[in-house]
Amino acid sequence: MFSEFLQYLFTGITIGATYALIALGFTLIYNASHVINFAQGEFLMIGGMATVSLTAMGVPMLLAIVLAVVLAGVLGIALQRLAIAPAKNADVVTLIIITIGASIFIRGLAQLVWGKEYHVMPNFSSEEPIQIFGAVLNSQSLWVLGVGAVLVAVLVYFFTRTLTGKAILATSMNKDAARLVGIRTQVVLMLAFMVSALLGSVAGIVVAPITFTSYDIGIILGLKGFVAAAIGGLGSGMGAVVGGLALGVVEAMAAGYLSSDYKDAVAFSMILVVLFFMPRGLFGAKVVERV
Amino acid sequence: MMAQFSRFRLKGLVFLAIVVFALPLFISNPFHYGLATQIALIAGAVVGLNLLVGFAGQISLGHAGFFGVGAYFSAIMTSNYGWSAIPALVVGAIGVAIIAWAVGRPILRLKGHYLSMATLAVGFIIAIILNNERELTGGPDGMPMPAFDVFGWELSVFGQYSLFGMDISGDLAWYLFAGVILLAAVWLAQNLIDSPIGRALRSVHGSEVAASVVGVNTAKYKSLVFVISAVYASVMGALYGHFQGFITPSIASFDFSILLITMVVLGGMGSTIGVIIGAVVLELLPQVLADFQEMEMMLFGLILMLTMIFMPKGLLPTAANYLNKRRSKSAGGDA
Repeated sequence: MFSEFLQYLFTGITIGATYALIALGFTLIYNASHVINFAQGEFLMIGGMATVSLTAMGVPMLLAIVLAVVLAGVLGIALQRLAIAPAKNADVVTLIIITIGASIFIRGLAQLVWGKEYHVMPNFSSEEPIQIFGAVLNSQSLWVLGVGAVLVAVLVYFFTRTLTGKAILATSMNKDAARLVGIRTQVVLMLAFMVSALLGSVAGIVVAPITFTSYDIGIILGLKGFVAAAIGGLGSGMGAVVGGLALGVVEAMAAGYLSSDYKDAVAFSMILVVLFFMPRGLFGAKVVERV
Repeated sequence: MMAQFSRFRLKGLVFLAIVVFALPLFISNPFHYGLATQIALIAGAVVGLNLLVGFAGQISLGHAGFFGVGAYFSAIMTSNYGWSAIPALVVGAIGVAIIAWAVGRPILRLKGHYLSMATLAVGFIIAIILNNERELTGGPDGMPMPAFDVFGWELSVFGQYSLFGMDISGDLAWYLFAGVILLAAVWLAQNLIDSPIGRALRSVHGSEVAASVVGVNTAKYKSLVFVISAVYASVMGALYGHFQGFITPSIASFDFSILLITMVVLGGMGSTIGVIIGAVVLELLPQVLADFQEMEMMLFGLILMLTMIFMPKGLLPTAANYLNKRRSKSAGGDA
């Protein structure tokens, strides 16, 4: 009984940590530009797929991971420079459609390069599962949690202690004021997309041994990340982390105790419940509009 | 200025009517009629969605869900319970209106893009239910749907009909029916835009704060237009199902929701004729790109992205703007 619960909890926290990283990526871009970046999931896909195909070519795992992350970072910058920046006067809705176009394009490209098959990635360390109170923990889960925790810590440091991080925060709070004090907001936007892509690709790589990876894995993972961000309160970093973990755990519990067919429905119902009762999400800021 | 505006609208409707009724002169094979019918019905749903996007400034990422509920409700009632098509369509639309009101009313009190999250969730939940309730919906394999009927008279693509003394095939009959439905959808939407509700909505889109200051109940109007747009989707979904004769949960999928909203933005938010052009382009594009096989998806994404980058206002408004500029330039030259 308890071991069953623990099992679902492990599964939930692991996938939840991934959702949290994706949600953080959404949050970063949303704060900097108010764009909901629907290409966010593709960064995960690129991370996982590039690592798999590079290792298949004989590149050592660690180098493959670094190259995959760099590739995703370049893609993030390209997305902002080539697709978002040229349309900077466009409506936010138009920008969102551009990111949808970009995600279809990236997915199409991935399908062309890597095919439609599922690819398996080996665990980083031992394939041997760990037994805790009768529940089984995949050793890769520890990697997901560890890497997730490190990334969150790095982000907190980045945003509170570094000038660049503070510049991003300032831009997200008030773009015009940020520009007046000499922050180059276009560069900040580019940075936001890059950091977001790095986060996404790392999440995609660490979770790939658990979920497998394929050219279209980004859609559903990206959407779950969006749901997590929405639950936490779109725009709040803390909310993204808590929302991601909460979503993962609720989903795993729903799949275990209710029905695995309806686990996604439970996840999406969470958005509605949060929006109805805590409309700004768990950690969303109360916004007063200036006219 | 207002009169000019209405005249421009009327021109749009007349133009659309000419295109709809002239098209059969140029095409004759059943496949093309089928495609045209499909486009007309989807365009009808897009015209409704445009009311929400173009006039309330809100986006729905779950409109396919409403389309799907309309189609499946009609399918289940007509094939399992022997209902006639019209009552099934109407009751389905009322059901969808209630869902949309229940979701929209609390959420549209908030400012921001919360409706997009809520509709994303509602759309997904609907798609999941349609996929899993196999006994009712046939699950992922889909379910058949009988022909559309009015007082015992049936409209089927396999039938033979006579219109004004001419013998016409079922394909053509369905196409003409769908064309008339689309024209009615456009006419209704345009009337709505010119009504007091439409004016209130436009003020909401212009400046929500200013609108609420002068006493417009912004939340009420936004919910109302959301319900109307959902009803559009439901009705078109039911007709689409009758036309196809077989439906699968893909008509309620997130991908289809995205396609619908993309049609609106690509064609030109707020322009009723523009969004129909968006629907035509996005339905025809895969037909053209199918020749490229593996590159289809990549090219589709690329075209979508480039169009939106270089024509952020959408196809029709950009074209109209360009023509106006040229006209004023040549007028300037004359003076």
